[in-house]
Amino acid sequence: MDMHLVPDLFSAGVVKKANRDGFGKAIVELGEKDSNVWVLTADVSESTRTHWFAEKFSDRFVQVGVAEQNLAGAAAGIAACGKKAFISAFGAFSPGRNFDQIRVSICYNNVDVKVHASHCGLSVGPDGASHQILEDIAMMRALPNMTVLVPCDLEQAKKATLAAAKLKTPVYIRTSRENVAVFTTADTPFEIGKANVYRDGKDIAIFACGLQVYEALKAAEELKKKDIDAAVIDMHTIKPIDSQTIISFAKKCGVLVSAEDHQVDGGLGSAIAEVLAENHPAHLKRIGMKNSFGESGSCSELYKKYGLDAAGIVKSVEEALKMKK
Amino acid sequence: MLVEAKSGHPAGSLGMADVFCTLYFGVMNHDPKNPNWPDRDRLVLSNGHICPVLYASLAEAGYFPKEKLMTLRKLGSPLQGHPHRGSLNGIENSSGPLGQGISQAVGMALVAKREGKTWRVYSLLGDGEMNEGQVWEAFLCASKYNLDNLVVIIDRNNIQIDGTSDDVLPLEPLTEKLSSFGWNAIVADGNNTNALMHAFDLARSCPDKPSVIIAKTVPGKGVSFMEGKFGWHGKSPNKEEGEAALKELGEARRKLEAV
Repeated sequence: MDMHLVPDLFSAGVVKKANRDGFGKAIVELGEKDSNVWVLTADVSESTRTHWFAEKFSDRFVQVGVAEQNLAGAAAGIAACGKKAFISAFGAFSPGRNFDQIRVSICYNNVDVKVHASHCGLSVGPDGASHQILEDIAMMRALPNMTVLVPCDLEQAKKATLAAAKLKTPVYIRTSRENVAVFTTADTPFEIGKANVYRDGKDIAIFACGLQVYEALKAAEELKKKDIDAAVIDMHTIKPIDSQTIISFAKKCGVLVSAEDHQVDGGLGSAIAEVLAENHPAHLKRIGMKNSFGESGSCSELYKKYGLDAAGIVKSVEEALKMKK
Repeated sequence: MLVEAKSGHPAGSLGMADVFCTLYFGVMNHDPKNPNWPDRDRLVLSNGHICPVLYASLAEAGYFPKEKLMTLRKLGSPLQGHPHRGSLNGIENSSGPLGQGISQAVGMALVAKREGKTWRVYSLLGDGEMNEGQVWEAFLCASKYNLDNLVVIIDRNNIQIDGTSDDVLPLEPLTEKLSSFGWNAIVADGNNTNALMHAFDLARSCPDKPSVIIAKTVPGKGVSFMEGKFGWHGKSPNKEEGEAALKELGEARRKLEAV
């Protein structure tokens, strides 16, 4: 299937923008089409790109201040009146601080609230460990009624947001601040729950989400030079997980690697391990944070240090291939 | 109900019976035959543990048959130990973890206010619940948006699980605190329906501000051995205690009916 990625994917000319912008654009588009769309933020409207919506639809925008618990609760109340409410804040605080409100007011009520978390993962960089949420996917995917999306770039974040809006149930959308390559296009397919296979391969399959998808594609190029044929799969949906694609690559390659800007415990890697253990046991090497907090530094420095960049993925793939033998 | 369930929260449920009675049978616009009527007033219970009195009020109003009350907290019952929206007609919100209902009430009132609707939102909080930071986030937010269609009723019974609220985490001066948050703060006898009706009238006639009624209630009201005792916050009566309680309440009812 043609994935319609940008031509010359790795050239310096590829546009670099933060995927949070895709969310911001999508909610404006939704706001224009549907007067039932409301947006709430917690003193981070510009950073989470909800200010574009606020400028156009002030009567459907709510500024609750630095109060993430009330943010989630008020949105649940608004949704209980038949609205579609998007809440938007930094991941460290929403869902970092308001897990209980997301669990009970949003998920147990099963109301139409979309939780958008920006500034997620190590990629937020210099702000340091307190602001680098690395546990959010684990928290969100454990919740009944919740769908979990981790878009890889601006285009996909836009599509993910539009697709989330079609559901009447809670959805978690995870984005980041870092400017990264916009390598998918308007024509790249996106369907919740269906992984995108950007590159087929027979030796090993790299399953990545978020900013690690592009790094994995770069890694696959490097691996090709070493005569290793690696598949790259974009796992934009963590829940519901695309078990079928995982199983088919487990059968084909026998060894998989997962890569995410998140703790390896509870995130994408865990989700894949669960599918493998229950369906088709195969070797899996998980790339991500291993029971540690992050630290200050630039995104690229941190990705290098913690093995989350292309070079780190190459190294992990080579280690993983040893498991196969 | 609580004897049959063998667990639950009797003190707050009894103490707030007069508030529920006033709301469902005197104040609120609602239609038990059309529970999702868009223009209904909303009752958002924030302290979900006193749901026995909510369930009893809904049954009395005709939302569901009274026989269902005896299924409280039992497997398969829509009368969950703490309320679940979607399980039972008339339940506006799932609640239990304290502090969450008031935020939802704020969201609902904001929709009504911005869309020019006439329906109102009534949210019930326990005084112990006011220990939660979320409650104060919601108080600030309602005041910011001038939600004069929102009335919060605080069950000021001065008990919580570990003791009196004065001991556990003092709230006084509560009226002054709430006034300084920009609310129209009203103190009323929460076990006197006439006083409560008056308080709700005062709330309705105050423009541009949300109102809060500090309802001074006696926990366990109407049952002599429960009144004022924090030990009855979350303990259900046994069969004998239940019979004694119902006997006292029955006598009180007969006296009222004779007037």
